[in-house]
Amino acid sequence: MNPVPDIFRILPEVILTLTGVLVMLLDASLPPRWARRPLGWVAAFGTTFALWASLWQISLPMGTGFSGTVETSAFTVFFHVLICGLVLVALLLSLDTLPEESHHQGEFYALIVFGAVGMCLLTGAVELLLVFIALEISSIATYVLVGYRKNTARGPEAAIKYFLLGSFATAFLLYGIALIFGATGTTEIYEIARLAPTAPNHSLILAGLGLMLVGILFKVSAAPFHVWTPDVYEGAPSPVVALISTAPKAAAFALLLRVVYEMLPTLRPVWSPLLWVVAVLSMTVGNLAALRQTNVKRMLAYSSIAHAGYLLAAFAGLGNDGIMAACFYIAAYAAMNVGVFAVVTLASGYDEKLPLIDDFRGLIYRSPLLGSLLIFFLASLVGIPFTGGFFGKFISFSTAIGGGAIWLVIIGLLNSGLAAAYYLRLALAAAQRPEHDSNEKSAPPQVAQGARVGIAVGAALLLAVAATLVLGIIPGDVLRAAEAGAHTLQAPPAESGAPGNAVEPQP
Amino acid sequence: MNEINNSILTLILLLPLAGALLVLLAPDRVKLPNWIALLTSLATFGLTLHLPAHFDKAQTGFQFVVNLQWIEKPAIFYHLGVDGLSLWLVVLVGLLAPIGVIASWNAIRERRKLFFALFLVQQTAMFGVFLSLDLILYYGFWELSLVPMAILIAMYGRKDGPRAALKFFLFTFIPSAPLLVAILWLYARTGSFDFATLQLWIASGALPAGALWWVALTFLFAFAVKVPVFPLHGWLADTFSEAPVALAMVVAGKLGLYSMLRFHIGLFPTQARAVAPLLVGLAVIGILYGACLALVQRDFWRLMAFAALSHLSLITLGIYGLTLTGWEGAVYQILNHGVVDGALFLLLGLLYDRYRTSEINAYGGLAAKLPRTATFFVFASLAMIGLPMLGGFVGEFMILLGTFTGVSKGWAIAATLGVILGAAYMLWLVQRLFFGPESALATSKPPEDLRLGQLTVLWPLAALMLVMGIAPMFWLPTIQTGPHPPLRPQQAAATQYPIILHGTCAAAAHEAPELIATSELAAKCESNGEGQR
Repeated sequence: MNPVPDIFRILPEVILTLTGVLVMLLDASLPPRWARRPLGWVAAFGTTFALWASLWQISLPMGTGFSGTVETSAFTVFFHVLICGLVLVALLLSLDTLPEESHHQGEFYALIVFGAVGMCLLTGAVELLLVFIALEISSIATYVLVGYRKNTARGPEAAIKYFLLGSFATAFLLYGIALIFGATGTTEIYEIARLAPTAPNHSLILAGLGLMLVGILFKVSAAPFHVWTPDVYEGAPSPVVALISTAPKAAAFALLLRVVYEMLPTLRPVWSPLLWVVAVLSMTVGNLAALRQTNVKRMLAYSSIAHAGYLLAAFAGLGNDGIMAACFYIAAYAAMNVGVFAVVTLASGYDEKLPLIDDFRGLIYRSPLLGSLLIFFLASLVGIPFTGGFFGKFISFSTAIGGGAIWLVIIGLLNSGLAAAYYLRLALAAAQRPEHDSNEKSAPPQVAQGARVGIAVGAALLLAVAATLVLGIIPGDVLRAAEAGAHTLQAPPAESGAPGNAVEPQP
Repeated sequence: MNEINNSILTLILLLPLAGALLVLLAPDRVKLPNWIALLTSLATFGLTLHLPAHFDKAQTGFQFVVNLQWIEKPAIFYHLGVDGLSLWLVVLVGLLAPIGVIASWNAIRERRKLFFALFLVQQTAMFGVFLSLDLILYYGFWELSLVPMAILIAMYGRKDGPRAALKFFLFTFIPSAPLLVAILWLYARTGSFDFATLQLWIASGALPAGALWWVALTFLFAFAVKVPVFPLHGWLADTFSEAPVALAMVVAGKLGLYSMLRFHIGLFPTQARAVAPLLVGLAVIGILYGACLALVQRDFWRLMAFAALSHLSLITLGIYGLTLTGWEGAVYQILNHGVVDGALFLLLGLLYDRYRTSEINAYGGLAAKLPRTATFFVFASLAMIGLPMLGGFVGEFMILLGTFTGVSKGWAIAATLGVILGAAYMLWLVQRLFFGPESALATSKPPEDLRLGQLTVLWPLAALMLVMGIAPMFWLPTIQTGPHPPLRPQQAAATQYPIILHGTCAAAAHEAPELIATSELAAKCESNGEGQR
């Protein structure tokens, strides 16, 4: 007997869906001459409501709904809050940076919200077909968003690349699901966890796991499945990059945690070395490639690949510790990355007339606020103490050492030293005195204009800064929340104990 | 009073940070940022003076301790404390802050808010390094100290700031990465980041010796780059010639040397003893190499950089000689070097601001135009050379004595040669800057000597150099309550205690370091100590 109505199990998703539909309908029914900007506020409001609903879900007893397909637990709540927070930041960011005259603004907001539905569902799904559907919901929305700047050549190119490669990766995932279904006769994750160790056809499960990993690692842009990342980030509008470099990745990492720690924990000897290799490859490839970039967004794209590597290092940790570290790192990474892309959006503008590192020279002189924030977020990405980036790395690497992966940590920390070089290049460019400040008017005037910080985007930046600082200085609460999530992920499904009153992270 | 003692260290840490916020919030008008920064740093200095005033000299170990849990898991504590080793270093950092502000008073003309805010953040980070007793907290401040420094060098550098900043940052950041691995490894083995707990764990011999070797080396490497020790000094000259004066005063030396004493030798006495001969050798090379290069520099910032390399190497020699006299001399010399360097940099900064060049040959004959500047410069140079009755003499003498009696006569003689070279390059610098025929540069601008603001700083500094030279007993007794060098294995076996030599024994050791080497006296001291307790 499950006393919790099924609908409560997916309350945030329901709210987000209704918001998306409302925005879409309003967009269609309002007179075409009216500004579409208020729709963004509607979407932001709905997302805030969904965030609140996710927080409320912590009071539900842990358990599943809809015939055991969707779960609510401290783990899902952690990711729901994170994803809703990131979507909120992305919405606030778009509100102030989308040009007034851009077409289909209403759709833009609706698509972001629909994407959020898929991501949230992905973290809560405990049935592989639902996992697949959720992944598709989020992917299709992001495919469209990536190609939003239709008037440039890069936009559609990025969208097509993302779509083709993404579909290919999803096919891998689906193939993996099919194989695992073939081996165990079920698509429910808990059942698979129970049946897999004794399944007659072991190699089928191994193949299924491998294929699923390919699909998921593509989504988190880990090497060697990362080639799409720089092109897509470069072509997509910056607010969209702020979203797709964080929220879908968080969801995909949640899925990865579920698959390896909950569905197939007994195959640890198989997936652990695989992820070790992928982690090392991701950090090294990401950092080495980032060193050579001149375009800011491409550089940050490679940096996000490297961060996926640091995060995968946490998977070397055992059981609860590993999950906790991974959850925490995702939150820290998301906070600082969404922040840095917000600053880049504001500094280079929606149409990105200024994409190069050299264009950022003297940013701090033109706009002290943006310059300081850029340096702050870059410091966090470098991993300077008292920021989220440091603590994320610290937790991730210390659990990896706890799991015995000392070489992984040494490689990781050497990599983070290497990474400091390119982050610093951007930070120092921003701090450098502009060369011709008085006699030549070479400082592009667009920057000063784009640097206006409105209410919405101010709130977005404030959220990101606060989250980065909270995660760096007083990470205790978030760590506890992550640990509670780790517990519920490891707990057997039948047990519906209290999920623990964990305090929630800020997005 | 007790409440103040409990929270004094936290106040020292937070006050500069609060000042930095205030600077950022206040408008940039009529030198308001300068005044806020000056008042904050003076107030902080006042707070640091509270420490020696209430420090219990009869007691060894940490005082004014704060120990609060910061994060449950992993177990990180907000653990601060001061002992004889760090006490005066904290005061020194407090003293150098207002001097730095004065030195930047007119030199920094634009973006003053950012400059002074970051300068104060740098203060907090440096205090944090000296006060932290939890390894992660320590590491946090250690890394944090890099950021304001790098940004300030990049933004306020003289010619090629960003390049120097990048060099400085990478040089010091990359060795810190293995340091973090080593700290994490210790945590994985012991479950603690606490300094004292780790000390016990390592002394107990429960950790694998082979791995400890690597851990100790990693610690040493990170610190040696920061000091810097020859041949890891690649960043020093560029940083000195680019960094704003206020930062050049603090960038080298203190943090690394303190960390060596506390966290390398303090945590890994056995490993440190094994690696000490290598460091003694490198230190002597550093003394001579730095002095020789300083002789041939044409730019006074670079000259100061190599002079600093030479002096810091001398202190390293005192530390890794592992004699008690050497250690006291080393700590004393860190203090003295801080004071003297502060004064010299202040004066050179004024010259640079006025004449916009650091080319030594362009100067000459300034003494007639700027008599006060010349007087103070000569005075500080003499203190730096180590003229008896001035601060430099005491530290250098103790270090050399410790090396002569406790390490090897040959090394001591070689190091003394470096000291002589030191006199040569400093006096030659004085001669080229202030004496000789009047240069075109000196006549090009109307003379403008030191003003009241600068004099109020320089007079106390000069007095301090004199007092430090005449009355080291104000400082040495407290320094003696700090940690003591680990004994040689056979002594340790004789006394059954590896790292114990305190109180009255310390005085005996001070009087006759070669006597204490005999195990009977050490054992006797030990029993005395037992009896008193």
